[in-house]
Amino acid sequence: MLLPEKQIDFMGVRKFAGVTSAILVIVSIISLAFNSLEFGLDFTSGTSVRLSYADAVVVEDVNQTLRENSYEDAVVVTFGSDRDIRILLPVDENVAIGEQAAQAVIVGESITELLQSASGSQITLLGSDYVSAKVGGELVESGGIGMLVALAIIMVYISMRFQFKFAVGAVVALAHDIIITLGIFSLFRIEFNLNTLAALLAIIGYSLNDTIVVSDRIRENFRRLRKGTPIEMVNISLNQTLSRTLITSFTTLLVLFSILFIGGESTQGFAVALIIGVVIGTYSSIYIASNVILYMNVTREDLMLPVKEGSELDDIP
Amino acid sequence: MLNKYPAWKNILILLVVIWGFLYSLPNLYPDDPALQISHELTELSQGDMPAITSALEAAEVDFFGEEIDAESIRVRLNNLNDQLRAKTAIEEALGESYIVALNLAPTTPGWLQAIGAGKMNLGLDLQGGVHFLMEVDMDAALTRRMENNLSNVRTILREQRIRSRGLNLISISHLEVRFANSEDRSQARSELVDSFPDLQFQSRDAEGVFILDMRMTPSTALQIQTDTLQANRTTLLNRVDTLGVSEPTVQQQGSDRIVVELPGMQDPAQAIRILQRIATLEFHLESEIGAPSLSYETYDYEGILVNVDNDVVLQGDRISNAVYQLDQNSQPAVLLSLDAQGGNQMNRATRDNVNRRLDILLIETKSRTVTTLNEEGEEVEDIEFYEDKKLIMHAVIQQALGRQFSITGLTAREASDLAPLIRSGSLAAPMTIVEQSVIGPSMGQENLDQGLLGVQVAAGLVVLFMLFYYRTFGMAANAALIMNILMIVAVMSSIIPATLTLPGIVGIVLTVGMAVDANVLIFTRIREELGIGTPAQQAIDAGYNRAFTTIIDANLTTFLVAAVLYTIGTGPVRGFAITLMIGIITSMFTAIIGTRAIVNLIYGGKSGKTLSIGSYRKIAKQDDLNIEAGN
Repeated sequence: MLLPEKQIDFMGVRKFAGVTSAILVIVSIISLAFNSLEFGLDFTSGTSVRLSYADAVVVEDVNQTLRENSYEDAVVVTFGSDRDIRILLPVDENVAIGEQAAQAVIVGESITELLQSASGSQITLLGSDYVSAKVGGELVESGGIGMLVALAIIMVYISMRFQFKFAVGAVVALAHDIIITLGIFSLFRIEFNLNTLAALLAIIGYSLNDTIVVSDRIRENFRRLRKGTPIEMVNISLNQTLSRTLITSFTTLLVLFSILFIGGESTQGFAVALIIGVVIGTYSSIYIASNVILYMNVTREDLMLPVKEGSELDDIP
Repeated sequence: MLNKYPAWKNILILLVVIWGFLYSLPNLYPDDPALQISHELTELSQGDMPAITSALEAAEVDFFGEEIDAESIRVRLNNLNDQLRAKTAIEEALGESYIVALNLAPTTPGWLQAIGAGKMNLGLDLQGGVHFLMEVDMDAALTRRMENNLSNVRTILREQRIRSRGLNLISISHLEVRFANSEDRSQARSELVDSFPDLQFQSRDAEGVFILDMRMTPSTALQIQTDTLQANRTTLLNRVDTLGVSEPTVQQQGSDRIVVELPGMQDPAQAIRILQRIATLEFHLESEIGAPSLSYETYDYEGILVNVDNDVVLQGDRISNAVYQLDQNSQPAVLLSLDAQGGNQMNRATRDNVNRRLDILLIETKSRTVTTLNEEGEEVEDIEFYEDKKLIMHAVIQQALGRQFSITGLTAREASDLAPLIRSGSLAAPMTIVEQSVIGPSMGQENLDQGLLGVQVAAGLVVLFMLFYYRTFGMAANAALIMNILMIVAVMSSIIPATLTLPGIVGIVLTVGMAVDANVLIFTRIREELGIGTPAQQAIDAGYNRAFTTIIDANLTTFLVAAVLYTIGTGPVRGFAITLMIGIITSMFTAIIGTRAIVNLIYGGKSGKTLSIGSYRKIAKQDDLNIEAGN
């Protein structure tokens, strides 16, 4: 069913794929430069209050009530269902830093009372968050460093286990995935929060998994097939691993869509980031990692096992 | 023999399976909401029970399973709402000196508890509560130490009659003293150098002024930061204990932050009030026998009543350090260091009072809710601040004391408890809450329910797909998948007591999706082998062998990424990374060894020619594969 009827010439479109990816990466970088990311509370600062209404809530009414009561800067969004809302408030600069956390609690309670009396609906305060300006910025930094460290470790590991050209291929593919995923978040103004950051790092793990499986097959084929150009080797390997690539992506997407639709609001951002990442990661493990390896002129000699003196070179059937 | 595991291997796998099953089992027993009632000073006994039960009966709250363990009483309630009502009722009935803590009582059967099987800890996002990230003002701590040094330098110079042209604090780690000539400076330097081993001295001349620079070494600054953080953590631990939360977390994060997590806490405002309150220390003399009753107050010290004179000998801010050490006789002691002014004050107060006792009071400003009547005669709740004083030291003065003295005659335990307590009242630096999260109980429950449903649906869909696509082999993979989830839960419940958070659940779900990858790799290899005409038994063996290195490479790299995530991340990122790491290890076991055992049991040693692994394509030998287009 998922097995292709005939061999697909993946590398026949390698130039086209390369150009497409380059365009996507450039568009992403431009969008990130001009549009930035829609950072969530974790990365910025402010107070967020989560409320649950007994009946469906009209966001416009909530907005109006808040405006009339001097919460001009409040942003109201629904989450999960039409009965739950989240209200985002910037940090009140007039309040001393030491008092801001206590202030956030008071604001949460007074907004609940205010909206309850204005709407007449029973409202439950689900919870509130406060993040000071100081903590937010650090997260971007530590997240970025983490990603670079992860890439460096991967580079070393693959160089050791495979060969340097494969390491470059894998890391280029990972960078490609991360940049495009971030680009999509930036272009479509999807909120980027701590969960999304974790998802982004998970994408590295996932995409890497895919790339390694393909590289492993390429290495194996180079070692056991005596004839064929590097492009043929890569094509054969991609075809052999295609069904596995598709099935694993399919089961992972199955799982992610379950989280997206059932897992609740708190995990939605995570699921969205991973769904985007899995799709791009699957594409990049086929078209980008192998493509880079070919551009670096991978040869059979790159992958030959170190041979002990006196033993037969081609003893593998 | 091909595709037969030796008996010991099968038994080993069976044992692991049984272990996973047993140790994940306790998670099926939901905890009862409970209250833990204890007293600040005494141990509770059966005699306290009637007061509690009658308070609950009066408030019409159903309760059960009341029991006494070591020193406290535990009562179980039917639901969270009853728990809160019962807490209020008992607090009102018993009064201030009793601590009523919200608690969760396990309902795990005794035999499971006996083998040490417990539940996973749930993160705040799954059970509700308050999370604080507090930042300690390290600059304030360093500045205070340097200001102390400055006043000590001044005192020493005055005592030695060395004239200076001024003392200045240049930065938080640097102070300078100016002199009119170099003789004064070198005399001062030789006087000062022994008193300040922590400072680096340097002489410098500038336009006829002779300057002595004194700088704090980086290692000293680091030491002060470590001590301060530790002092603040002790302070927070003591305060959190009074909040009545069953399993609080007070954890250092980085070099200047402390995470406080209070599961089940429903009143963040109260928590903030208590966490940010101020503690101070005071030195007093014990009151003399026959002193007028207005001149002293009585405190309890380890069960003895002590009359403490009202006059303050010394304030705690004069203490520059308190450390636990062994004295010259190798007896445990607490070494107290005062600043110069404090040393003088202490000397004056103690030289005529040898053999009297010296007391230290720890004073904390606390707040409580009081109900008062307003002008219209309605009951209103109001917050009232009061000072809570505790006698933490009561020791005989052996001789006139100065800037440094030891408190001896303590057990090692007492001494190591007392030192941080003194520091917490004197060294602790101001703290600000830089991040705060309040998760209501309904939100926590909702997150937990939805997360678990997500796992179930995801696992269900994957199981169906695998069964449909790989038939009998899919069944083996599914058994491994379920085993894998059980093992992750078992590991998190027993070996690595990790806290399950919402991102952690997502990590488990993702593992479910990715764990079948190993089996997909193996099964596609087996199909390939069958496709080129390899006999069934050899195909199974070759499939497992060939996929093995790929699986190891792929999982190891993902594990490395998860490890990086765990090291650099905090909170949700860590929760995700830990489940991912555990999942990778358990899934390798179940997907490679577990499924092989099942496949071996079904097909091993049988002569059948077909395998139930879904459809595959017959192809010629791989060497003859052709590329159809492109080149």
